[in-house]
Amino acid sequence: METNLNIILAIVIGVLALVFAIIAIYHKKLSVAIIASGAVSLMASILFLLLSAPDVAMTEAAIGSGLSVIIFFYALSKIRKQHD
Amino acid sequence: MIKKLTFLALIAGFGYMLWTGLAKYNAAESLNRISSYYAQDGLEEVGAANLVTAVVVTYRGLDTLGEVSILFLTASILGFFLVSGKGPKIPLQDSSEILKTASKLLEPIILLFGIYVFINGHLTPGGGFQGGAILASALILAYLANPKEGINKSIFRITESISGVVFILIGILGIVLAGGFLDNRIIPVGSIGDLISAGIIPIIYIFVGMKVGAELTSIVTNLKHSPKNNVE
Repeated sequence: METNLNIILAIVIGVLALVFAIIAIYHKKLSVAIIASGAVSLMASILFLLLSAPDVAMTEAAIGSGLSVIIFFYALSKIRKQHD
Repeated sequence: MIKKLTFLALIAGFGYMLWTGLAKYNAAESLNRISSYYAQDGLEEVGAANLVTAVVVTYRGLDTLGEVSILFLTASILGFFLVSGKGPKIPLQDSSEILKTASKLLEPIILLFGIYVFINGHLTPGGGFQGGAILASALILAYLANPKEGINKSIFRITESISGVVFILIGILGIVLAGGFLDNRIIPVGSIGDLISAGIIPIIYIFVGMKVGAELTSIVTNLKHSPKNNVE
């Protein structure tokens, strides 16, 4: 029973990750795209946790959805300030 | 039209490649020789309650050293390219009141959690790399909240260099005093599950955490300090 639930949860999270990835590619606003790419990493880290790899999940959450999003936003704000 | 067809053909070919791999795949029923050795003897030999740490720091410590040096290379290349130019700096804006207040509340908690993650790396999931990333995110939050207050950049450089040197020195001490490079039995292994156990692993993880934290923070500081005409 529990494994079935886990599989359903994993499928839902995988589909969500795909949706976020498509948003990240096709959305016109860059800031939304950056947040969506961070959400892909967050979904991936939940998947790693479900596959009982907490060490990898922590790395993914901290670097994929934390630091890289901040660095992307830094770069984005720099580009915008240059165009002003 | 031809371009689109080429893309479709490429995607189809890639899908076929993945599909053949997936069709042949069947999950292993038992551990192979090396992983069963880690699972059976690793706990006794290394004394780390978190077996992943035992593999990452001791059995595959050389790979971890490689990872850390790749990160070091990335940070130094970014520093080289971002700071070297001269020109007018981008004026910094003050951040919002909400961010300032929230960062005052959150920073100590995030810092403490990062330190917990790498000090307890041999007991619970996590370790130097993860803890370092969490530390860096706390420092970057401080930067975002107070953009005009700069932290002295040489602190990060010095921390990073000292941590890297100590990591390698500990590894060489392992050759001299114990079985080989990065062997953790230089000091007694202790009882499994204690905070001070697993030999040298907690000490290595403290330095790896400081190194990774300093590197990731210095990437963002370099981005912040780079002159205006340098990002084009």
